Amino acid sequence: MSHSSSPNLSLTSPEVRIAIRNLNFYYGRYHALKNISMDIQTNKVTAFIGPSGCGKSTLLRTFNRLHELYPLNRTTGQILLDGKDVLDRREDPTLLRARVGMVFQKPTPFPMSIYENIAFGVRLYEKLSTPEMDARVQWALTKAALWNEVKDKLKQSGNGLSGGQQQRLCIARCIAIKPEVILLDEPCSALDPISTAHIEELVHDLKSDYTVVMVTHNMQQAARVSDYTAYMYLGELIEFDETDRIFTKPNQKATEDYITGKFG
Amino acid sequence: MSPPQVHSVERTSGQGGKVRVVASLGDRFFEWLTRGFALLVLLTLGGILLSLVVTSAPSIKAFGLPFLWSDDWDPVRDQYGALIPVYGTLVSSLVALLIAVPVSFGIAIFLTEMSPNWLKRPLGTAIELLAAIPSIIYGMWGLFSFAPVFSKTFQPFLISTLGQLPFVGPLFQGPPLGIGMLTAGIILAIMVIPFISSVMRDVFELVPAVLKESAYGLGATTWEVVWKVVLPYTRAGVMGGVMLGLGRALGETMAVTFVIGNAQHLNVSLLAPGNSIASSLANEFAEAVGDLYTSALIELGLLLFIITTIVLALAKLMLLRLGRREGMKS
Amino acid sequence: MRHATPEIQRIYRRRQMANRFHLFMSFFGMVFGLFWLGWILWTLLVNGFEALSWSLLTKPTPAPGGEGGLANAILGSVMMAGLGTLIGTPVGILAGTYLAEFGRRGWLAPVTRFVNDILLSAPSIVLGLFVYTVFVARMHHFSGLAGALALSLIVIPVVVRTTDDMLRLVPDSLREAAIALGAPRWKMIVLVAYRAARSGIATGILLAVARISGETAPLLFTALNNQFTTWDINAPMANLPVVIFQFAMSPYDDWHKLAWGGAILVTLSVLGINVAARLLFRQKNS
Repeated sequence: MSHSSSPNLSLTSPEVRIAIRNLNFYYGRYHALKNISMDIQTNKVTAFIGPSGCGKSTLLRTFNRLHELYPLNRTTGQILLDGKDVLDRREDPTLLRARVGMVFQKPTPFPMSIYENIAFGVRLYEKLSTPEMDARVQWALTKAALWNEVKDKLKQSGNGLSGGQQQRLCIARCIAIKPEVILLDEPCSALDPISTAHIEELVHDLKSDYTVVMVTHNMQQAARVSDYTAYMYLGELIEFDETDRIFTKPNQKATEDYITGKFG
Repeated sequence: MSPPQVHSVERTSGQGGKVRVVASLGDRFFEWLTRGFALLVLLTLGGILLSLVVTSAPSIKAFGLPFLWSDDWDPVRDQYGALIPVYGTLVSSLVALLIAVPVSFGIAIFLTEMSPNWLKRPLGTAIELLAAIPSIIYGMWGLFSFAPVFSKTFQPFLISTLGQLPFVGPLFQGPPLGIGMLTAGIILAIMVIPFISSVMRDVFELVPAVLKESAYGLGATTWEVVWKVVLPYTRAGVMGGVMLGLGRALGETMAVTFVIGNAQHLNVSLLAPGNSIASSLANEFAEAVGDLYTSALIELGLLLFIITTIVLALAKLMLLRLGRREGMKS
Repeated sequence: MRHATPEIQRIYRRRQMANRFHLFMSFFGMVFGLFWLGWILWTLLVNGFEALSWSLLTKPTPAPGGEGGLANAILGSVMMAGLGTLIGTPVGILAGTYLAEFGRRGWLAPVTRFVNDILLSAPSIVLGLFVYTVFVARMHHFSGLAGALALSLIVIPVVVRTTDDMLRLVPDSLREAAIALGAPRWKMIVLVAYRAARSGIATGILLAVARISGETAPLLFTALNNQFTTWDINAPMANLPVVIFQFAMSPYDDWHKLAWGGAILVTLSVLGINVAARLLFRQKNS
């Protein structure tokens, strides 16, 4: 097995938060991820890029076992979060998801007030008094750079916000339960350029406290916000390295072709 | 009016000349023909209302508004009041909803969130078959099969437990006859479960997968996703389904006629026999002698029609509201 | 590690308990629904097969104490259901056509659609009452024709709804293609749109037939009943549901037996038509 990704396992790293080992993913008979191994660094932003259908979102969704919602999905291999295999079926995914938060392509405010959107997740894990909860909601919204815009309408429905605000609300909801890892699945694909800039700034700030993994179809975005970039193609990890390196002198011809737009 | 526009579009797009003129006449005729039948359907509702109002006029004149709350139903003295059948209709339907709504909710959760894929269709079809069984079969089964078992087992149990409690006690007292308001309510519940559960299942399936995924992504359990996200999102549709079930229960005739007991007196106990509007009509109408008797029965029918029309219109409006929000999002 | 603190464990356990409890209750709801279906069908099969016999199909309904079958009721039911479908189907298809094909502008189509959905669930006994007041009371006698009219009022909304739904599923590109060939609009609808929606509309008609085959309430004071076999649609007409009702409510055991025989005939035909309609629709869509 001379996989192109294996040499990169020895990336100079202060600390590894997620270690993926020989991960395979099957959807029914379809082999969607092929023997992926990589290390994701603590307090860094890692981006997954590649043409649509390459498996980057699929990979992301195994980190919090969201793929298990659909019965035909199956995995082999390991995903070690702080050394413990998250794919272990004896463990309940519920507690894993408290540690690995996720934000989706489209903003998904729940059908309840802005305040309740944040409090919903917190209540799943903690029993807070009203002032404590108020403080938590304010903290999360501030962290997501939304507090000033919504502080006067916390009781209103989250659906009344603009698309960009809704997405920041979802990020706040995710932060509020204090996860260790945040997964972003093309968080800007449904947003306008100004909202996108907001979110990118936010992602940059988040990495001081969290390990961020994001999927993006936008190469410039990956170049702007990530520290590490993984290029995937047809379910394989083609190349994984520091972002600067990937975008300046990639090892693989395939990566270079994709980056320079010759293909994809 | 739209037709001229349609024709002008056709003319400009065609070559003109004789063929086109004939065709446009054909089009005009066809459109007016179909429009006529659409109007006929529209007018049916008004026609039903009008004919019932006209034929119940003698009773409306004779008894006025007190007809609604008088419990006097006496063909011998030609005195009629609607209280007992109206009460029976409302109470049996309410009992039906109290049972059917939670059960239907459970069935919808099972079918959308729990069932393996290969079981979804057979189970859904089985529940829908409950709606296909003719109501007279429910009536026969209720009278000959369910009521005897009910009076020997569940009713004595109710009388010795709930019947002893303060406040709710009087609802569950009296002899275990097997038939009565409660029996009617239970059978109505079974009959409306397929309607309510299939609306609930359909609206649950409208919830975007990504919304549920983001709740699961926070670590919510299946129940929390359903209760906190799916249900609030589909509230209007769920209420519409419940109202649809209520509309069905209020107007159901044969099943209720078999088991409600057809007694024209008011009784607090749910175990006692009562009457409903539909079963009064089924039992008495064909044999009613005298204009006032007939007219009073028709007025009962009018009341039933007004109540169900309002309930069904509300159901429809609620379902439309959910549909509109869906349309805006996509 | 966060997930190890006792408080999180406690909350977690309670949430898991609540989840298991509610999912179990949902499962129980499913079983509850299937339980009744099973019990009802079981009762019907046990009592019904015992009552099935050749004379059930060949002899007319008996006088008290006499021997008999349900031949006149079966004939009456088939005649009235057939006539009701014949009256209701064209009305329903034409009205549904207006809603789907011409009703994209203006108020008439949405209002009619709304009213039609109300009629779809209106109490059938009230429809019988309506036919009684406008037809039976004028003619001064009950008749099979009145029964068929009442049944057609049940058929119409079902057919309107399915015609409307199925025509709206026909892609506009198909309509445009026909118009572009120079076909007038009515020809496009009759030859292209109807053909594309054919199996869906047929399914709707079948479901309507299934529904009226078991309807009792609207016949009680329109067709009434008739102890004798008649082909005359202007005379009161026997029909299975009303005979079942009268015989089941009677004190005689042999009448009860006939009622069960009628019940299984009605139910098997209704469920049979239902399953046929589903198969037809599924076949077309797969």
